[in-house]
Amino acid sequence: MIGINQYLVVAAIVFTLGMLGIILNRKNIIVILMSVELILLAVNINLVAFSVHLHDLTGQVFALFILTVAAAEAAIGLAILVTYFRNRGTIAVEDIHQMKG
Amino acid sequence: MTPAVVFFYIFASVLCLAAFMVITARNPVHSVMFLILAFVASSGLFLLIGAEFLAMLLVVVYVGAVAVLFLFVVMMLDVDFAELKQGFLQYLPIGALIGGLVVIELVLVVGGFIATPSGGGHVQTPTPAAASNVMALGEVLYTRYFYLFQAAGFVLLTAMVGAIVLTLHHKPGVKRQNIAAQNARTRAGAIDIVKVPSGRGLEAAE
Repeated sequence: MIGINQYLVVAAIVFTLGMLGIILNRKNIIVILMSVELILLAVNINLVAFSVHLHDLTGQVFALFILTVAAAEAAIGLAILVTYFRNRGTIAVEDIHQMKG
Repeated sequence: MTPAVVFFYIFASVLCLAAFMVITARNPVHSVMFLILAFVASSGLFLLIGAEFLAMLLVVVYVGAVAVLFLFVVMMLDVDFAELKQGFLQYLPIGALIGGLVVIELVLVVGGFIATPSGGGHVQTPTPAAASNVMALGEVLYTRYFYLFQAAGFVLLTAMVGAIVLTLHHKPGVKRQNIAAQNARTRAGAIDIVKVPSGRGLEAAE
């Protein structure tokens, strides 16, 4: 029988993979954004698992709003990325500290 | 092993493998494809647990919009991705250490986790027994969480305006329609009636 614990373990693995993606792909900001999406997906799996387990719909409503914020974040992040690439011709993250001032 | 259990393990393993490939694939286009696979697999997980509306929303929003947006940007930017992959092996030991620690801790914590099914009497919006998932979610979303729903709409509006403002840039020297100037034109400024004497031409009339 599949209970809440199995779902939580899957979410924990996906969360760790997303975190690992941010650590490993320090230069590639596109993969970093995808890793953030993976982390938010893990959070959503947690919320939905608890929502079904506790018979409380609040978790699913919350997951809906996280979905909204994740979509907005992806759109803004990619727009910033496109602008940065247009100005500098590269998307290497470590050059961004030159923008200060 | 009921079919639900079998499908849970299929979707869960596909999700974990796809998430692993997202962060290790050499080509970012492959990363986006594996991201889509991860979302489809987690949508299957949501279906299995009974959250049908969120499962469909995941397919529509993530696969249909966010992943396509990523694909669009990855293919539009002309970047040497091999060069961006350089620090991968450098950060692998510390990353594997941190990742191993976090996954062991999280699995140890949530693996033996026991939650009381009643939620300790603090259930905010109990799931109605008779209604389907979409109906139940709609009934709380448009009543109890209406202001949050509106706030989510504003978040999306802000994101849309922000993305347009960031990426739109005007090229100089492009002729555009000026509606205010068009509307401000009067008959006196636009046409000129001249009486042309016969056989003398336009210059003689002025």
